[in-house]
Amino acid sequence: MNFSVLQFPASNCDQDAVHAVRLLGHSARLVWHKDAALGDTDCVIVPGGFSYGDYLRCGAIARFSPVMQAVKQFADNGGLVLGVCNGFQVLTEAGLLPGALIRNRDLQFHCENIFLKTATNDSPFTSQIPAGKILRVPIAHGEGCYFADEETLAKLKANNQILWQYCDATGNLTDTANPNGALQNIAGICNEKRNVAGLMPHPERACEPLLGSDDGKWIFESIFTALKNKTVAQVA
Amino acid sequence: MKAKIIITPKKAVLDPQGKTVQTALEHMGYTGVTGVHIGKYIEIDLAPGTDKAAASKALNDATHKLLSNPLIEDYRLEIE
Repeated sequence: MNFSVLQFPASNCDQDAVHAVRLLGHSARLVWHKDAALGDTDCVIVPGGFSYGDYLRCGAIARFSPVMQAVKQFADNGGLVLGVCNGFQVLTEAGLLPGALIRNRDLQFHCENIFLKTATNDSPFTSQIPAGKILRVPIAHGEGCYFADEETLAKLKANNQILWQYCDATGNLTDTANPNGALQNIAGICNEKRNVAGLMPHPERACEPLLGSDDGKWIFESIFTALKNKTVAQVA
Repeated sequence: MKAKIIITPKKAVLDPQGKTVQTALEHMGYTGVTGVHIGKYIEIDLAPGTDKAAASKALNDATHKLLSNPLIEDYRLEIE
């Protein structure tokens, strides 16, 4: 399977994403933000970092990069897109995912391991995560507080679009376990069509025991399984 | 010719910066402060002779798309 990892000026988790995918046995390559075409792609990863210095708002400028037109078309055709951290921010700014990511409520940049509860296995990004397994994954962000208005939150719940929530080591959704104030401890969501997902934590940094956790691999395994099972959307 | 855009967080959105500054003001002894909201101010220089109406339309568009996030921010635009 071919993974395209976007590169914006100041993306910094692009290499990690490529490394993680290759480590897990699939192909990955970097796609420069100015490229108008994605090429042979089965899944797009929008990586973490500080694209455009986080100027104006995180992801606000990156969403207008030429490559994002191709990503939007790829997503409209049902292609799988995963946004991690800044990538999640880019996807919300681009309107490919609902809501917004705002400043952490304590105004601190949080660089630490957190626990994630998978809210549903019904998605190409969560299907292989073992039932009840709490994922230990690192976060590194200053603007990771998920916000959406009441109407949008209700829709997310009704449509089962919340994929991951911050929890404590035993899976409880507590306020203390919430590193940034995100509403309903939301760490990651998907769109209505369930082919685009975003999350603030970094699964690509938790794919080998050497780095402290390989729980992130379950998210990639879910994507690999989904790709094997479906007709892939190709963008020339 | 200059466009001035003031962008403020929507009331429904958590504004920890505003709260922090409010606390700081209170610690400094200022009383009667019931709220602080921190936003952005953008100045855009326009070429002299630009049509005001056209500029206003274009800038409102630009503010909706790029300069502000309508989900979490409100804005005021004036051109002089």
